[in-house]
Amino acid sequence: MDTHVHDRRRFLALAAGAAAAPLLTACGAGFGGNDDKSDGSAADDVTGSFDWKREKGTTVKALLNKHPYTDALIADLKSFTAKTGIEVEYDVFPEDNYFDKLTVDLSSGRASYDVFMLGAYMVWQYGPPNWLEDLGPWMRNSSATGAEWDQADFFPNLLQADQWSLKAGAPLGQGGQYALPWGWETNVVAYNTEVFRKLGVKPAETFDELTELAGTIKRKAPGAGFDGMYGIAVRGSRSWATIHPGFMTMYARNGLKDFTVDGGKLTPAMNSPEAVAFTEDWARMVKRGGPPSWTSYTWYQCSSDLGAKKAGMLFDADTAAYFQAVKGASPASGKIAFHPGPQGPGGSLATNMWIWSLGMNAKSKKKSASWLFLQWATGKEHLRKSAITHNHIDPVRKSVADDAAYKDKMRHLPGFLETFEKVVDQTKIQFTPQAQFFDATTSWASALQEIYGGKGAKPVLDGLADDLAGKVG
Amino acid sequence: MGWRITLRPYVLIVPALLLTCGILYPFGLGLYYTLFDFSASKPQPDMVRFENYRAVFTQEAFWNSAWVTVLYAVGAALAETVLGVAVALLLHRSTLIGRVLEKILILPLMIAPVIAAIIWKLMLQPSVGVVNHLLRPFGLGGVQWTDTPTGALLSSIAVDVWVYTPFVAILALAGLRSLPTSPFEAAAVDGAGWWYTFRRLTLPMLWPYVLVAVIFRFMDSLKVFDIIYALTEGGPGDSTVVLQIRAYLEAIRFQRYSFGISYTIVLWAVVYLAAMVLVKHLGKIQRKAAEVTT
Repeated sequence: MDTHVHDRRRFLALAAGAAAAPLLTACGAGFGGNDDKSDGSAADDVTGSFDWKREKGTTVKALLNKHPYTDALIADLKSFTAKTGIEVEYDVFPEDNYFDKLTVDLSSGRASYDVFMLGAYMVWQYGPPNWLEDLGPWMRNSSATGAEWDQADFFPNLLQADQWSLKAGAPLGQGGQYALPWGWETNVVAYNTEVFRKLGVKPAETFDELTELAGTIKRKAPGAGFDGMYGIAVRGSRSWATIHPGFMTMYARNGLKDFTVDGGKLTPAMNSPEAVAFTEDWARMVKRGGPPSWTSYTWYQCSSDLGAKKAGMLFDADTAAYFQAVKGASPASGKIAFHPGPQGPGGSLATNMWIWSLGMNAKSKKKSASWLFLQWATGKEHLRKSAITHNHIDPVRKSVADDAAYKDKMRHLPGFLETFEKVVDQTKIQFTPQAQFFDATTSWASALQEIYGGKGAKPVLDGLADDLAGKVG
Repeated sequence: MGWRITLRPYVLIVPALLLTCGILYPFGLGLYYTLFDFSASKPQPDMVRFENYRAVFTQEAFWNSAWVTVLYAVGAALAETVLGVAVALLLHRSTLIGRVLEKILILPLMIAPVIAAIIWKLMLQPSVGVVNHLLRPFGLGGVQWTDTPTGALLSSIAVDVWVYTPFVAILALAGLRSLPTSPFEAAAVDGAGWWYTFRRLTLPMLWPYVLVAVIFRFMDSLKVFDIIYALTEGGPGDSTVVLQIRAYLEAIRFQRYSFGISYTIVLWAVVYLAAMVLVKHLGKIQRKAAEVTT
């Protein structure tokens, strides 16, 4: 019996040792970092003359966000396969889950997806841990990149928005090219022409006028035959996405900054007296003329409210209004016009932008084929076709923006082209690049909700700045 | 034959051992990671020992989340227990309607909580939601259900109650149906009223079953994520950011892995302690119930 006990103990000890081994191995192996990272780019392996058929028979996996731009891409994928012999497998996720899926996938260090959609802000998060392939060497290698790709054809500020040196606070346009611009959005005011005509009002030229106008529409529109209509649709959910469209655009037009940068050190500036006053004004505008249940509003709700004639105005991406404005898309189609929105002091039309970009997984085993895909998807031929025959608007290429067929297509939307041309030069990323962007902007959205709920702007924004000062270096 | 008998206990223990390892390995690894400053921006981290825990406990956000979590868990578990027992008592008086209701009652449990939250989010929408539409004739059509801190928390609890009250009711009903009939017959002969019988007989004997339901619901409510995230995303402000949501934001959204895991370890400790207290209490109540039965 004693022997049994002894044996059992020994067995359990051995079993425990076996169970602990992987734990200890995992400890010893560190944290799955980038031990196998090579300093040289895989782009250097591509030599000889450029050939679209170079990777014939390969399959590239893409992760895509549900979006009209994606629909245009998928509709044209056969052209890519015909041109290259490369098949593309793809998964499409709605935006609510898309970035979590992408983040988890990239952080796992696997190459489940070779290429994916991302925004320039994601470069700030995915770039520092080396999850993104630097596309610069690929672009510079004439064996890997066809002459017709024509880098100079991109709007320069868009290409620069995906370039970064990976240093907090360093301006964009320097360092690696971590993604390629594919489709973008500028943030402007779109409005329902019918309600404007009935109420005898005009688009606002200042922020005070916009607040007044939003309140007027909310008060008077229901009595003028627009049942349940409110003034202005802006995002309000507790998400980073609430800050970057209308709010950041108007914030920047007032000459305000998210952070000040001094010697590489970032100091939160969203609690400066001017920023506090602006934030109070924004919350007041939402209260006076914003949507009911604003704190849950994402771009989907804002956009659909404009289309459903629930919102008199929309201060958000021009594309969000465009998708409602196209013929037959919504009850308000044919009655939506575009305006640059209120100017800041001194007539500033500084506008924040969003760029849907395409990036490559640094761990991809099919980089050459992936690069051919990126080259095709951001190339003139596909983007022109997508802009003219689909809804891939706001071209990232000058040649497409200037194309007569594209202009003809957009001309029927009142003010669209004029607004685009008026703000395009002042449209850029108005945030300071830094890896804690999502924490900072999610907390900022949370603070905005609290101020909307009645808390004092000054103490809330001071608290936000204190919190961020410790996190953002 | 002898070696088979000797080996049998070891063979039989293998599945349990594998299961234990399967549970302990990720748990141990997670615990180990909390001792480092592991994040996306620092994939080769330094050992910081208990710095992450110190940072968690000194964060105002943590105490806010802990408070919201406790409010949510207590509120949801309490409401579900009271309602669940009440529903079980009604259904126990077996009638045709009762038997039909019993079948319908289980429906919310068949819906994923996140789907239930999305359905309720649409129904609570102030301008087009059906709830305000129904309340409009009573002059209450403009309620902003999830736009205020209190409203958001109460709405989240209400959805939890909608989903899980049937669970408590089913357990309580099973308990009621397994109670011995003789004490009730004796009470009836003695002329005891309904309230007296309920207080002195039904409830003491039913408590072990109810407490099992309370333990499950309290534990689950402390760990809630899906319902709140789908309904409010933690807002407005930080008013519904429970510990699980905070951990998710830190670990996944902001990619501060060690810090996020520290939150989950703290939450685990709280749930573990609460479970120990409640289970200990369950033992006492079971003994008392046995005394009443005899």
